[in-house]
This record gives sequence, structure tokens and C-alpha cells, in this order.
Amino acid sequence: MAKQIIIAGGGVAGIEAAATLADMGHKVNIIEKGSSSGGNAVRWHALFPDRRPAGEVISYLNNRVRNKNIEVTYNTCVNKVRHHGSSLVINLSSGEELKADAFIVATGFDLFDASRKEEYGYGIYDNVITAPELEDMFNGGSLYTADGRVPERVGFIHCVGSRDEKVCNHHCSKVCCVTAVKQAIEVREMLPGCEVFCFYMDMRMFGPYYEELYREAQEVHNVNFIRGKVSEASNTINHKVAVKVEDTLAGRPLRMEVDLLVLMTGMEMSATGASLAEASGLRRGKNRFLSVRDNHMHSNNSDLPGVFYAGTCTAPMSITDTISHARSAALEVNLYLSER
Amino acid sequence: MSQVSQQKFGFGINKSRLINYDKGDRRVRQYITDREPTFKLCFSCGACTAGCTAGAHATVNMRRVNVYIRRGELEPIREEVTRCMMCGKCLLTCPRGVNTRTVMALAAEAMKKLDRNEL
Repeated sequence: MAKQIIIAGGGVAGIEAAATLADMGHKVNIIEKGSSSGGNAVRWHALFPDRRPAGEVISYLNNRVRNKNIEVTYNTCVNKVRHHGSSLVINLSSGEELKADAFIVATGFDLFDASRKEEYGYGIYDNVITAPELEDMFNGGSLYTADGRVPERVGFIHCVGSRDEKVCNHHCSKVCCVTAVKQAIEVREMLPGCEVFCFYMDMRMFGPYYEELYREAQEVHNVNFIRGKVSEASNTINHKVAVKVEDTLAGRPLRMEVDLLVLMTGMEMSATGASLAEASGLRRGKNRFLSVRDNHMHSNNSDLPGVFYAGTCTAPMSITDTISHARSAALEVNLYLSER
Repeated sequence: MSQVSQQKFGFGINKSRLINYDKGDRRVRQYITDREPTFKLCFSCGACTAGCTAGAHATVNMRRVNVYIRRGELEPIREEVTRCMMCGKCLLTCPRGVNTRTVMALAAEAMKKLDRNEL
């Protein structure tokens, strides 16, 4: 008899893990909180480092999820998972109770709520936006300020909600640096007359061709990089945004007006994942993401037999890494089921 | 001949620009770290200096002060540590939770002690 696997979350990790298991002949039920699958990725216009259209990955995932062994339940959350005899019992927000042989948490991440960094003025000043909102504009094909002007200068603030003890996030969200570089290039291409500035603390170009993209931003697109954390943003009388930063490499405070200020919001443990973890006794780290059993050898395993992790519910990751992590979760599940 | 001898050829003995770490005086660093361990947490983002009330008009650079104290280079910041107005705005912005205002006060205190041979 085919084994039944339940996956919490129908984003990149959930779909990839489900499809890999379905290909092995297992029955999978994805429980997705939203009304469609794809998670955070569906909002993106293009992906780093090669800037391929995000739609290509989304349609790959949509094809993957169309499998006779996969069933997706929308608008539903997993509230709790617990052992009952030799199987797992999964409680859903609909009140339903399901049985499963294995369970994968793939609840992903929530984007940091930029209004929590009040000094940057998100939600207060119209021309302060977040990175996904800039992706929306790229998708729309045009870039304007809130008052309908073509921006002549755009600023990007790195590490908004990451590496910042003031918002209780010590962790680095890993992908925002390269996203800022990608978006900076896209702005320069869209509006060749527009100056672009990135305010960064460290440029973390950890992946293949990320450093090359950074170099391209300087060499081809004339993107400016200023090393310093912005302390505050304020509105000017002409609806621009003034930022204050220390140009740490010059060793002097710097003031600059921009037409549009983009906040590179980081990743946090998703609220639904957090409540599932609390209800089920799944261990979480100081960064509030799920703690894996072993950082090196068992990054897909929880402490509970039969309960596995895939993707950004364990730590910030790129889509590339999420897909790999999800496939390895599927392998771990398959191994677990074959040994029972 | 006398004219020539008065000319400067640039062969004079200039003060070294080198941070000679082995000759640095790290007693101030020790004094601050013992009393305010958050001093160690600075990662030089400069947010303290960006928002500094005094820093817009005078050379007061919390980030730079931190680096120099760590290196044991005290001469370049001798004046600077006395210019802080103790407003504490840097405290509100520091992403690493450095108790910056206290660090500045301790630095000024340690410098005085150093001059009195009390350190």
C-alpha cells in the first residue's frame, strides 16, 4: 500500500518535496494556507544571479504539482502534528484530523514587516517601499514615485530587519544583498538616467556568480555602493526621502536625497510555522527558525521520528538551495518509510 | 649654500603612519571591556555616527573611536572622546546593542586615568 505523506506548505519547498515523493510512488497531501501555491516566489519578477524570469520556476513548480499522487488542500493550515501509535495525526485549521506515515514542515518564511523599523519611514512616507514592492513595479513594467515622477535617484537599504538586535533578529537573511544588486541593475536598465545607491554593511555574495553580478553592477551599470548602515530616513518638502548614513570608508557622516528608497526586508520564521512548532513541541533556535537535528548531516530531520523539514522554515535560503533542501527531505522521508 | 641647506628635500623623519599593533596601548580597551562588555560587539556599521547630534558639526565618530581603542591607538581620538554630548541617540540605532554612550564616557574616563598614571 502506498504511504501517505502530509506536507505543511505549498511553496517552493513543499511542492518540490511533494513532487519528488510522488515520483517515488508515495501519496502526498499538501496543506497550503493560501488560495494558490508557489509561496513567496510568485511575487518575484526575476531571480538572481542570472535574472531568469521567476515565472519559469513557477511554471516548473506548477507542472511538478500536477501529479496524480499529489493532492493540494488550499486555505488550510496545519495546527499540530503528534504521534498516535505507529502513525502521525495531523490537526488542520478546518477542524479535520488526518493520519499520515510521515510529515514535512515546509512553512517557509514571512518577510520582515518594514514598519517595525520606524526610523526608515515605511508606511509613513509614500516613497519608501520594500524589495517585493519594487518587484511588483518590475512586473508592471514601469517605475514611478508615489507622486508619479520618474525617479532620478533610487536608494537601497540592505539588512532591514536582519542583523539587527533592535528588532530581535541577529541572523543574516542571506539573499537580500544579491537581491539588492539584481534590483539595482534592473533599475539602471529600466531608467538609464537614474542614479542608484546601495547602502550596505557587508556585501555577502556567497553563491556562484553573485560576486560577478556585484562586479557587473559596478562595471557595466555604474551602481554606487556606500558602506554604512542608514540611521534614519525623513521626508523632504519636495516629497523626496533624505537618508542619513555614515560613509564609513570616508569616516564622515553623509546626507543624501533620493526619490525612492527601497528597503531590503529580510526573512523571519513564518507565523504559521511558529504556531505549528509551538503546538507540536518542535524545537526552535534563537533565530526562531526550526532547529534541525544536526546542522551538517541531518538538516532535514526534526527530533520527532517521521517529522521532517524542508526549506526556509529552517533558515533563510535561496530558491536554488530550497529546491535542493526539499529534494533531500524527500529522500530522508523515503528512507524513513522504507525502514519501517 | 646656506639657501640649499634650508630647502626641504622630504627626507625628514616623518611620524609613522603605520598602526604598529605590537606597540599599541590596549589598557583603555581593557578598562572599557571590563566595565561595558558590549563594547566588543561593534561591527563598524556606522549607524551611531550617521545619527550623531554632535558629529554633524565636529569630529566625533563613535565607530572610529571604537576601532582606534581596539587597536590601541589612543592619540588620534584623545580630543574626540571629550566631544560627545551624551544625548544617547546612538544607543537607539545600534544594531548590535553596544552601550555606545557608556563606552564614550568610559573612554574619556580611561584617558584621564591614563594621564594620571592610574591605569
